[in-house]
Amino acid sequence: MKFLRQTLAIAAKDLRSEIRGKEAVNASVSFALVILLLFSFAFDLEPEQIRDIAGGLLWLIFAFAGTLILNRSFARELVNDCLDALLASPVSGAQLFFGKCLANYVLIIIVECVSLPVFAIFYDVRLPQRLALLFLVMLLGTWGITVIGTMFSAMTVNLRLRELMLPTLIYPMLIPALIGAIQLSRVLITGGPLAENFIWFRILVAFNVIFTILALALVEIVLVG
Amino acid sequence: MPAASAVSIEGVWKYFGDYPALRDISFNVEGGSCLALLGRNGAGKTTLLRILGGLSKAARGRVSILGKDTRASATRQRIGILGHGIGVYEELSAFENLSLFGQLYGLDDPRRTATEWLERTGLDRVRDGLVREFSRGMRQRLAIARCFLHEPSLLLLDEPFTALDDRAIAVLQDLLKSALAQGRTIIMSTHQLREALELATDVALINRGKLAYRGPRTWEMLEDPGWLYRHYGEA
Repeated sequence: MKFLRQTLAIAAKDLRSEIRGKEAVNASVSFALVILLLFSFAFDLEPEQIRDIAGGLLWLIFAFAGTLILNRSFARELVNDCLDALLASPVSGAQLFFGKCLANYVLIIIVECVSLPVFAIFYDVRLPQRLALLFLVMLLGTWGITVIGTMFSAMTVNLRLRELMLPTLIYPMLIPALIGAIQLSRVLITGGPLAENFIWFRILVAFNVIFTILALALVEIVLVG
Repeated sequence: MPAASAVSIEGVWKYFGDYPALRDISFNVEGGSCLALLGRNGAGKTTLLRILGGLSKAARGRVSILGKDTRASATRQRIGILGHGIGVYEELSAFENLSLFGQLYGLDDPRRTATEWLERTGLDRVRDGLVREFSRGMRQRLAIARCFLHEPSLLLLDEPFTALDDRAIAVLQDLLKSALAQGRTIIMSTHQLREALELATDVALINRGKLAYRGPRTWEMLEDPGWLYRHYGEA
């Protein structure tokens, strides 16, 4: 119970700071909307073609926009040496990591929830009747992005070029999760058979479980050495 | 009967790249004492304090705080650290900052404790003001409150008097005297020799990562704060 309370306190602190400062969310939402707008003018595609590429387009935007949020996750702790104050407190590295993951997850989901209807309007795509399933895929894919991104945000926090290093490091790691999320989203948007693509769902879940466990086990070493 | 060691440092080495920032440092600090950790800039004082606080690991050697490993949760529960940074969040209010750390330290009633410490440090009138709007002195008093909030048994203070305004110095001196009277242990690195030596019961001097002197504070040091550097400092 104490573990959960302290973890939620860290998550609430990050969300409160972000709501007041709006450093990352504004940049992330703006980026997602501008890319959606630019792509809608860049390609003159048939409705069927749009539905085919919709999954890929959405997840590339989610991943790029998400990085802007993840970049700030540990970087905001550098101001006033707050990371030292957190590490000196009795909370474990796992609690700190998990709290930050929760806050990042909520923020990225907010960006996605703003981007999705805008995408449907710009590209004239009717969101699938299986919207709940698409949302489930979003939740799973976003957790993968969040876990990997938060872990590498911790690893790169003391690097001078962390804004460049984070995307360079996380995108290769995210390939299995992104492929899974793209395939499932494409099937759901085009109305294809879900049963034949169930393997991607399993890959996505396995990816999340493995990397969440790895991150929780390694974060203390990453943060303190 | 001798007091039990609150801090035990045995053969600690720390490297930054190939450069040995700490070289075979060994000493103990007895419970209830106040150790002034002295040395020139770059001597290794902050590095040693970071290792004691569990914020960095020694390359070699062993450190135990109150008989336990520095990264043990129970150890951190009993340490208060005041470093170069104030360790409070700009986008949170003074009250939110102290409540947050109260929760992280597992206090029974973090909100009540936060309110009490805001009063003790004279920040109760700005309790809901965001830290980003605070003056430097107010931020420092908030940092002092954060450090003392959970009533730590061991205080690790890195240059605690640097850049403090008069009011913050008075608040900190009172708290340190009261902490010593309650039997808590203090390790304080500083360049402000007079203030430190007035409070200290013991002194350690580090020269280029090596321990040059470790012993009780003597009347010579108190009368002439430069005495220690002249006798044990670098040539």
